[in-house]
Amino acid sequence: MLKDITLGQYFPGTTLAHKLDPRTKILLVVLYIIALFCAKGLLTYAIMALCLAVCVRISKVGLKALVRGLKPVLFIILFTGILNLFFTPGDRYILEWGFLRISDTGLRNAVFMVVRIMLLIMGTFLMTYTTSPISLTDGLERLLNGLKRFRVPVHELAMMMSIALRFIPTLIEETDKIMSAQKARGADFESGNIVQKAKALIPILVPLFISAFRRADELATAMECRCYHGGEGRTKLHVLQYQHRDWVALGAGTVITAGVIVLGRFGL
Amino acid sequence: MSTMIETKELRFTYPADEGGQPVYALRGVDLEIEKGSFVVVLGHNGSGKSTLAKTFNAVLLPAGGKVYVEGMDTLDESLLLAIRQRVGMVFQNPDNQIVANVVEEDVAFAPENLGVPTEEIRRKVDGALAAVGMSEFVTHAPHLLSGGQKQRIAIAGVIAMEPDCIVLDEATAMLDPIGRQEVLSTVHRLNREKGITVVLITHHMNEAEEADRVIVMDDGKVVMDGPPREVFTRVDDLRAIGLTTPDTVDLLDRLRKDGWDVPLDALTVDECAAAIAKAVAGN
Repeated sequence: MLKDITLGQYFPGTTLAHKLDPRTKILLVVLYIIALFCAKGLLTYAIMALCLAVCVRISKVGLKALVRGLKPVLFIILFTGILNLFFTPGDRYILEWGFLRISDTGLRNAVFMVVRIMLLIMGTFLMTYTTSPISLTDGLERLLNGLKRFRVPVHELAMMMSIALRFIPTLIEETDKIMSAQKARGADFESGNIVQKAKALIPILVPLFISAFRRADELATAMECRCYHGGEGRTKLHVLQYQHRDWVALGAGTVITAGVIVLGRFGL
Repeated sequence: MSTMIETKELRFTYPADEGGQPVYALRGVDLEIEKGSFVVVLGHNGSGKSTLAKTFNAVLLPAGGKVYVEGMDTLDESLLLAIRQRVGMVFQNPDNQIVANVVEEDVAFAPENLGVPTEEIRRKVDGALAAVGMSEFVTHAPHLLSGGQKQRIAIAGVIAMEPDCIVLDEATAMLDPIGRQEVLSTVHRLNREKGITVVLITHHMNEAEEADRVIVMDDGKVVMDGPPREVFTRVDDLRAIGLTTPDTVDLLDRLRKDGWDVPLDALTVDECAAAIAKAVAGN
């Protein structure tokens, strides 16, 4: 059962969206978020939706997968939409029913807010769908490199992230093994209420933690044996390098963001 | 031949657990390991063989005495990286020594740490993978490989540093017979073709058959040291310290006790079979 968990939600591919430098994609998502929050009217929202549609098309990620990403936040979307719908004061009320009143600005806000959150989530998901966790980590490390001056342990954080990613399958396998071992001794994970189920997890978590610590210790020794001594003077097998396409993508992203900001100021 | 690793009066003690006694893991070990040799260190659990291995590249530092790696004192902290680059270490559990999600990234880990330029890392990674016969797995995910393959990746990760010596600390203990054979033939080839010194720590007697030299440890001391034929024919001494002899020697020993005229030092299966056939024919 644990084998089904897919983490990182990465769909390998060779499209332009996959080939872009991870740094470019992170920056584009940042620009995209800025633009989304500056969008004010129908025109700017249409531009944003069009941008996303074009990117989705290029990436060849199925629309289904993208919509699936919305599922866990469905409640938040609905909640925001309803709050905005009923509790925004306005000049004109379209509908009045007891204490529930829907104003024209309320309706407008609700629709735009829901669209904004949906676009936001689909945009960021598109990045994780087209970028492997490892290159995402690599991209983040390079982007945040400047923070090293302020004593932010950028390399260490990136190393931690990539080791965590590396050990996820190993630990899942281990959990499976421990579960089977406990089941063989009569442990019951399925029946009972929530409290009983949670209690049943303890005999899994304790050995899992102990073995994880042992693994960590052995891994640290093995890393030291291979001359690991922090990020200082480290080189890389794969050095990220901006290509033409990255500059084009970043340029286009900047222009569109600037356009949306300007249009948004005019309330469009 | 020059010396790869030299220990002098080497002692090591694990501090006592609460209320327990400190463990004297090594009690004065004097060894000289020649460059290019294939040395097997045998001993039962707790004999100090793993501790000994870990002092060879300064993972553990001697509590008394010295360890020299190509003349470099492991106690000198400024030589740490140089020592570890020359003596690579492969551990028991392959899962706990693979760092990256992709085979090539993992093999590149050591050269990356050493600050090797990018183009050269590529060359070293490809060379190391070719040396362990895993070239076709460059972009595979290590956790999907078999135990023997994972361990070969771990060896490649060490080879990529271009070390003069590889220490395998019970590197075959968790593998199935096929995986064990894969790893053994890989290190034998590296020893033959690249002249890399190999120190193989194990408790499988059969792995020592083809070694140049066998060192038997017991209770923190070296109790036997010599070519396999010489060590394994001391059947009674080996049994006294809780070690079994290779199956071939065991068989020959029993035959001799039953009055057959067979030599004890026919270590490999083929030699053993030939020796028995000869004895039978002579009867």
